Amino acid sequence: MIAGIGVTDVVEGYGGRYTWRHRLAGLRRLDWSLILAVVALSVLSALLVRSATWAELAEQGKDPDGFLKRHLLNLGIGFALGAVVSMLDYRLLRAYAPIVYGLACAGLVAVLSPLGKTINGSHSWIVLGGGFQVQPSEFAKVGLVVLLAMLLAEPRDGEPRDADAGPGPRDIVLALALAGAPAALVMAQPDLGTTLVLGAVVLGMLAMAGVRKRWLAGLTGGAVLAACAVWFLGLLKPYQIARFTAFANPEADPRGAGYNAMQARIAVGSGGVTGKGLFAGEQTGGHFVPEQQTDFIFTVAGEELGFIGGGLIILLLGVVLWRGLRIASSAADPFGALVAAGVVCWLGFQMFENIGMTLGIMPITGLPLPLVSYGGSATFANMIALGLLQAVHLRARPFPA
Amino acid sequence: MNPKTHFRLAVLHVVVVAMLLVLLGRLWNLQVINGEHYRQVAAQNRIREIVVPATRGMILDIHGRPLVRNRASLVVSVDRTVLSRQDDGGKAVLERLAATLGTTRAELEKRIRLCSPTVKRPCWPGSPYQPIPVADRVDPKQALQIMERAEEYPGVTAAVQAVREYPEPEGAVAAQTLGYLQPITQEELDERRGLKVTGYSGVDLIGRDGLEAHYDADLRGRAGVREVLVDSQGRVTGTAREQPPIPGSSLVTSLDARIQAAAEQAIKNAVDKARQAGSKADSGAAVVMDARTGRVVALASYPTYDPSVWIGGISQAEYDALLGKSKGQPLISRAIQGQFPPASTFKISSVAAAVADGYPLNGVYPCPGSYRVGNREFRNFEGQAHGNMNLHRALVVSCDTIFYKFAYEQWLRDGGLKPVKKPKDPMAAMARNFGFGSKTGIDLPNEASGRIPDRTWKREYWEATKDDTCKAAKNGYKELERTAPTRAAYLKAIAKEHCAEGYVWRPGDAANFSIGQGDVLVTPLQLARAYAALANGGKLVVPRVGLAVIRPDGTVVRRIEPPEPKRLPVDGKVLAYMRKALAEVTTQGTAAGAFSGFDLKKVHVAGKTGTAEVYGKDDTAWFASFAPAKDPRFVVVAVISQSGTGGTYAAPAVREIYETMYGLNGKKAALVNGDLPTALPKVNPDGSTSVPTGTAP
Repeated sequence: MIAGIGVTDVVEGYGGRYTWRHRLAGLRRLDWSLILAVVALSVLSALLVRSATWAELAEQGKDPDGFLKRHLLNLGIGFALGAVVSMLDYRLLRAYAPIVYGLACAGLVAVLSPLGKTINGSHSWIVLGGGFQVQPSEFAKVGLVVLLAMLLAEPRDGEPRDADAGPGPRDIVLALALAGAPAALVMAQPDLGTTLVLGAVVLGMLAMAGVRKRWLAGLTGGAVLAACAVWFLGLLKPYQIARFTAFANPEADPRGAGYNAMQARIAVGSGGVTGKGLFAGEQTGGHFVPEQQTDFIFTVAGEELGFIGGGLIILLLGVVLWRGLRIASSAADPFGALVAAGVVCWLGFQMFENIGMTLGIMPITGLPLPLVSYGGSATFANMIALGLLQAVHLRARPFPA
Repeated sequence: MNPKTHFRLAVLHVVVVAMLLVLLGRLWNLQVINGEHYRQVAAQNRIREIVVPATRGMILDIHGRPLVRNRASLVVSVDRTVLSRQDDGGKAVLERLAATLGTTRAELEKRIRLCSPTVKRPCWPGSPYQPIPVADRVDPKQALQIMERAEEYPGVTAAVQAVREYPEPEGAVAAQTLGYLQPITQEELDERRGLKVTGYSGVDLIGRDGLEAHYDADLRGRAGVREVLVDSQGRVTGTAREQPPIPGSSLVTSLDARIQAAAEQAIKNAVDKARQAGSKADSGAAVVMDARTGRVVALASYPTYDPSVWIGGISQAEYDALLGKSKGQPLISRAIQGQFPPASTFKISSVAAAVADGYPLNGVYPCPGSYRVGNREFRNFEGQAHGNMNLHRALVVSCDTIFYKFAYEQWLRDGGLKPVKKPKDPMAAMARNFGFGSKTGIDLPNEASGRIPDRTWKREYWEATKDDTCKAAKNGYKELERTAPTRAAYLKAIAKEHCAEGYVWRPGDAANFSIGQGDVLVTPLQLARAYAALANGGKLVVPRVGLAVIRPDGTVVRRIEPPEPKRLPVDGKVLAYMRKALAEVTTQGTAAGAFSGFDLKKVHVAGKTGTAEVYGKDDTAWFASFAPAKDPRFVVVAVISQSGTGGTYAAPAVREIYETMYGLNGKKAALVNGDLPTALPKVNPDGSTSVPTGTAP
């Protein structure tokens, strides 16, 4: 069920008739700087994925472009998904949000069942056969953003709300409960990184929804207390703690917990200003950095493209975030604004955490770099998120307040 | 829309910009400010130095016969780094390898664990980043199995390496003289890190004793380095730099394998004979030396061992079983480290001391059955009285009482119990002139210096031991009292005496000293050198085993010249007089029996027997000799500890050695025209050696 793109009836244009002319006009009204940034990131991403993988594939006698081809396929599917989502009337999503959320949670439950598979120490995959596998936690992020936006955007029936007050305690509790379910399931995998992203999304969206400062302060305090509790009650496994803290001083255990952090830092640092040239990174070619096509892909950019290339990726991601914020600001309704803001919180936090960990200023958790890392589920989820931004943008108020 | 949302979106803007700036700043810091540092770290990361060990030089005898050489051996090594990256830490690989090599995984794990103060052998004392050899003498079939199925054996390599081999030419082992090799320890490696030129590396073996240790720098060569590019798995992806190893030079020694073998056999025969006679005969040694130059021709020590036990590492259990106390500590070279009272062989020094002190060389002295020294009777050997005699005769029949007289009179002249400020102590002074009490300076490690006791030594010794002796004087020897009450009582009496006035240099001490008993200790090598000085007319030579260092291509790096000998301050006439006397020892003196039937006309051996008595032990037998008596060329000394008299056990051993040297009693002569070859053997580039022209092996 695809909704048309309204042209004149921006706000009330439910199911308005659409024509080719309308469509062309809609295309023109897409956020092209966002699209250009994403295309540029995708091109860089394809190059970096190839650089990170070709040497090892060639060594194993496989097609050196194997990962590249799969990545291009993922990107193609991702762009298509994004295009479809951008053409949807996002307001209709309100109806589907619970379904997306429910499916994602079901997937997360399935992951913990025998259907799940462990890849790289994290039990976060469902193998579909034929070489396809799904990571439900990626889609849980999308589901949570839409569901929270729906919950926090407007007062629920029969509960009039003071415009200044923002969501009240009941909304907050419900929002936390909704976020808590997937977060707990993800944590059980265990996937600390995604749990942190979900936390950042909840906190960010509550803030954007206008929750009172004292509630926000209370929530932040609660999160800190919870973190302390997890820490002191020993709920984390020793290797998780070691990995988490190794970033501060990787030299302490350069062959163990600090290995990733150390090797990542060496690879990035040795790139210098201009880098060693694409496909010419010695650290990359020697597989010194683990997970280099996924979690540590930024090290490839750092080593081979130097400060110029690494900085470019950060700036392009900055463009994406900036456009997302603009879209949130000019959204036609609170729901759209919150969806856009939620996407920004998600991508922004994940980007900062991912690049930060390769640069040694954030602890190491297993998170891909949005729009750059290799990965199917992650790419699809990211593209859907960008589609949401476009959808919100297409129905924006003509003169943003 | 909630008005708060707009404000908060603005805040989110700021947060996003701040995050971007933080990331860019950190990126700048890493790549631009610290870029050079990380570039260096990256280079270390991917370049690994692999040490290519240099082939160690051989050790050859004077004819070029290898005493130690190398054999190509298939060695299986295990790389700990690769193993540790296996999912199971390499257990499965080691399991397979153990099955192939016919051992157990536990055994292999022991060999590749790193040595530490708490981890004893078997363990790996070298660098953890070097492949660790776990098996040498691998059968080519096993090696092929490993090499063909490399994917089943990650981290395991089979390669041809040079391994030490002991061919024992003519039956000569010379284990203690050759020494042995051990992997260099991390401490030694750290110590040498500052001076990289020495070229030690983690895989290097280092000479731990004997010639291998002393000439380590020559034999070792210089290890090569291959800098390889590696990936994170340690897989080699290319070579960055290669510096080939420089093989070590070979050491030509003055040892003659045939004479060495004869010396080893002679000592063993003497020990066997003494044991058959019921003595303990716990050790023995023989030294054959060129009297004029100090070149060592043979150094034998008993008990001995097979030096190949060191190859490929030795476990603590093997070490204890083969080389420990129960086996008589065969690592110790009794020839240079064994210290024994020299007994009558010491009299050459005492005669020289008496003459230097003014006693006429041709004087006639009484040799009664006993001589009163202070308040004690000192008896001749077996209490025999020989009447009046000259010093010549005193040496031939080994009269003791004459020397007691000299020593006692000298002691009195030095002030007796109340010594003068600077006692002359002529006997001790002459002993030191003969080189006793100090190391000879031979080119072997761990040489013992022996002991020349005098007033100073006795006081120091007393001060160091008086606490224990005084305790024993008070309490007695409780445990011994039950088993041997007489001995315990005797020891208690001695302890009492020592405790009270053990520092006093008593007349008995002086008397005992004069006949090489009491607290005098010498090494067989020291005695050989003293006899060489007697034989060569007064040159106190510095013994040398090494003769020359020759490169693998045959060029001579250097000849090893013995240092300039010291002059013995003894009149040539006195030495000639003593030589003449000692020449009669084998014809009509204490060694006449041992040399009966020996063709003295062909080679006249001169020598002196010695029988050292130690309370509670069997006698130590000595024979110190030189030949030919008229124009001495070689010195041969033998000692058999805890056997019996010198004439019965040591002299026959020396006789056996001479027979091999000069080709007597049906043996083939090891010497050519009674001399050692003068030309160096040739070392061919292929590692073979040839005998110098003009001499027969």
